[in-house]
Amino acid sequence: MTRQCARSLTLAVLLVMLALTGLSPLRAVEPDERLADPAQEMRARALSAGLRCLVCQNQSIDDSNAPLARDLRILLRERIAAGDDDAAIKRDLVARYGDFILLQPPFNPRTLVLWTAPFVLLAAGGWVLLRRSRRPSALEHTTPLTEQERENLRRLLAQDQPDNPSGHPPHRP
Amino acid sequence: MTVEWGHFALILALVLSLCQVGLPLWGLVSRDAALMQTARGTAVGAFVFTLLAFAALTYAYVQSDFSVINVAMNSHSTKPLAYKISGVWSNHEGSMLLWVLILTLFAALVAMARQAIPLPLLAAVLVVQGAVASAFFLFILITSNPFLRAMDVPAEGRGLNPILQDPGLAIHPPLLYIGYVGFSIAFSFAIGALIHGRIDAVWARFVRPWTLLAWSFLTLGIAMGSYWAYYELGWGGFWFWDPVENASLMPWLAGTALLHSTVVMEKRDALKVWTILLSILTFSLSLIGTFLVRSGVLTSVHTFASDPSRGKFILGILVFFIGGGLSLFAWRAHALRQGGLFAPISREAGLVLNNLVLATMAATVLIGTLYPLVLEATSGDKISVGAPFFEATMLPLFLPLAVLQPLGTALSWKRADLWAAMQRLSWAFGFSVLVMGIVLYVTRGGSVIAPVGAGIGLWLVLGSMADLWLRVWRAKAGWAVNLSRLIGLPRAALGTALAHAGLGISLIGIAATGWGTEVIATVGKGAEIPAGPYRVVLEQVITRNGPDYRETIGRFQVYSDQNRLGVIEPGKRLFIGQTMPKTEAGLMTLGLGQIYASLGEFQTDGTVSLRLYWKPLVILIWAGALVMALGGFLSLLDRRSRIAAPKTARQAQGEAA
Repeated sequence: MTRQCARSLTLAVLLVMLALTGLSPLRAVEPDERLADPAQEMRARALSAGLRCLVCQNQSIDDSNAPLARDLRILLRERIAAGDDDAAIKRDLVARYGDFILLQPPFNPRTLVLWTAPFVLLAAGGWVLLRRSRRPSALEHTTPLTEQERENLRRLLAQDQPDNPSGHPPHRP
Repeated sequence: MTVEWGHFALILALVLSLCQVGLPLWGLVSRDAALMQTARGTAVGAFVFTLLAFAALTYAYVQSDFSVINVAMNSHSTKPLAYKISGVWSNHEGSMLLWVLILTLFAALVAMARQAIPLPLLAAVLVVQGAVASAFFLFILITSNPFLRAMDVPAEGRGLNPILQDPGLAIHPPLLYIGYVGFSIAFSFAIGALIHGRIDAVWARFVRPWTLLAWSFLTLGIAMGSYWAYYELGWGGFWFWDPVENASLMPWLAGTALLHSTVVMEKRDALKVWTILLSILTFSLSLIGTFLVRSGVLTSVHTFASDPSRGKFILGILVFFIGGGLSLFAWRAHALRQGGLFAPISREAGLVLNNLVLATMAATVLIGTLYPLVLEATSGDKISVGAPFFEATMLPLFLPLAVLQPLGTALSWKRADLWAAMQRLSWAFGFSVLVMGIVLYVTRGGSVIAPVGAGIGLWLVLGSMADLWLRVWRAKAGWAVNLSRLIGLPRAALGTALAHAGLGISLIGIAATGWGTEVIATVGKGAEIPAGPYRVVLEQVITRNGPDYRETIGRFQVYSDQNRLGVIEPGKRLFIGQTMPKTEAGLMTLGLGQIYASLGEFQTDGTVSLRLYWKPLVILIWAGALVMALGGFLSLLDRRSRIAAPKTARQAQGEAA
C-alpha cells in the first residue's frame, strides 16, 4: 500500500515536471488589479516580470495566477501608488523573501562565478586560439596519408566531382 | 499476456545489448573480424526486441489494459485513439522506453548503413552504443518498469494529464528524443576514434550525416515544444528559459557547433581533437538534459533527495559515460594527429569563431541551469536564475555571431580576402541597414532592440540569398540556365543557405514580439476590444461538450475595419477524471501575425476577464525553425552524406572487381 502510494506520488511529481512550466490555467494579471495611471501600471508590469512566483516553477508573478503571486502584484501596486521607487520595493521584497525572489540574480560574491563565467570562458577560449595560431610549428607535424587512405580519399572525391569540390564560389577569378 | 511478452522482449533486448558490448569488444581485443561482425546482428536484434516491447506497451494502452499500473496511471478508456498512443510516452516509464527505442534504432541504422566504415571502428561504435543502451535498459527494468501489473485492477484509468493531450505534445517527445539520442552516434564515433587512435577527414564524413539528422530533428522538436508552450500555457510566451527547455537547448547549441566543426575537419583535416571533444560534450549535454528532466532534481533538490533511486541511477549513468568519455579523451587525445593550422582570415577561422561562441553559449546555459542547484546543495542559499539572466548573457554572445555569420560564409577556405567578401555582401548589408534605419525611424520612441534584432535577422536572410546568388548568377546566361545552376548546386550548399536564412527568419519573428500589443480587460457581451490593427467583439459565452471534456468558451468575432474575418473561441476545458480546468487559447492567424486570446474567470454577471494580444510576425519564429530543419534535411541529401544509399549493381560490381 505504502509503496503503491509512493509510486503514485512519484508519478504525480514526474507529471508536473513533464508539464514544463506550469499545470494550472494561467491568467495572471486580472483586470481589477490594474492601476489607473498607465505609466505606473507599466512600471508595475516591468517590476513583476522580474519577480519570481515563489510557489511556482520558474514563473514570474506577472505570469502566474497563484494566490501568492496575486498578493504580491497587489502589494507592489500599492507601493507604486504610494510613491515608492522600484529599488525600494525590490529591497523590501528581498529582505522578506531572500534573493530567491529575483529572477535576475544579484551580482555578489555568491553569484560571481555565474555572472562572469560566460565572459571568462569566451576570453579563455579566444586566448587559447590566439596562442595556437601564433605557433606555426604544428604545421610541420603532418604525417602523409597511407596508400589505403589515399585510395579511400580518391574514391570519395571522385563521387563528388559533379558537385563543387573546392567549396569556392565558382565565379571567382 | 502481451504485456508479459513485452516485458520479456525488453529483458532480451538488454541481453542482446550486453552481447553487443561483449562480443565485438572481445573481437577488438583479439583482432577477430568474425567477432567484430557480431556487433551488427546484435545491434539489429536489440532494436527489434525493443520495438516489440514498445509495441506491447502501446497495445496495452490501445486496449486500455488498466491492470498495467502505467496504463492505469496515464490513460482513460474515453481517450481518442491518438492520445491513447501518445499516452505511451507522456509519462516517465514510457518515455524512457521511447528513449531506448530510438537509441537502438540509431545503432541498428549504423549497423546496416552502407557507409564503408572500417570494421574495427564500426565495432567500437556499436560497443559504445550497446553500453549506453544496456545502462538505460537496466535503468528501466530496475527503477522505471512500465510493464508492472497492479494487484487490484482499477475499473478506470486516471487519464492523461490534459495539458499533454494535444497534437503538439504528442509528437514533441519523439522529435526531441531523435535529436537527443541521435547525438549518441557522434559520441560513439568519438570514443571509437579514441580507442582506434586514428581520426581523419573520412571520420568526419561518417559522423556528419548522423549529426545532421539528429540536429534537424532536435530543431523541429524544440520548435514544436516552443509552439506548444505558446498556445497551451496560455499567456503567449514562446520561450521561458525553463530548465526543461534549457535541457534541450544545450545539446542543440553544442550540436550546432559540432556540425560546423565537422565541416572544417572534412574540408581541411583540422580541428580534429576539438571535434572529438565536442562530440563527447554534445551527447553528454543530452544525457545531462535527460538527467535534469528525469531525476526530479529540478522540482527541487529535496524531491531528488527524498526519492533518489531514479535520480541516483541516472546520475550514475551520467558519471560513467561523461566521466569515462572525458577520461578516455584526456588519456588518448594526444595520440590523435593534430590537424593543420590556418590563416586568421579564412572560412575555417570563421568557423572556429562560431564554435567558440556556440560552445560558450552552451556552457552559459549549462551554468545558469545548474548554478542554483549547486549553490543550494553546497551553501543552502536559494537564488533564481531566470529569463533576465539568460537574456543578459546570451544576447551579447548571439547577436555578434549572427552579424558575422554571412561574412564567414562569404570567406573562402585557407586564405580569404576580407575586403572582397565584404564587397560581395555590400548590397545585402546596405539593404538590411536601410530597412533597420527606416523601421527605427518609424517606430522611434519604442523599443530599440526590436528593429535592431529584425535588421540582423534580415541581414542573415539576405546574406544567405546573396551567397547563393553569387554562386549561381551569370549575367549573360538566361533565367532558365541560372535556375538550373541553382538546382545544380550541391545540396549541402543549399541546405547551409536555408539553415542560416531560417535562423534569420526566426530572429525577425522574435524581434517582432517587441511590436505586439496587449489588452487586459473584463468584458461582457458586445464588448469591443482592439488587437493591433484588428478588433474583436464578444458575441456570446457557450458551454458545450467535447469527446472527453466539457468546455466553456467565449465566442469572439474578429473584425478588420468593417470586414468580419472569423471567429476565435478561447475558453476553459474540464477533462473527465480531472478537477482543474485547462485554459484553451483562441488563436487566429492573420498573415504572419496572430491574434491570441486567453480567458480568465467567468463571472456570474456574464462577464469574463480577457487577455488579448496582437502578435505581429510571430509565425516567423517557428517558420524559421522549420526552414532551419529543412536546410538540415537538404544537406543530408547531399551526395557526400548519404547515410544508407543502396549501391547500384554497377557500383557493387566495380567494388568487387
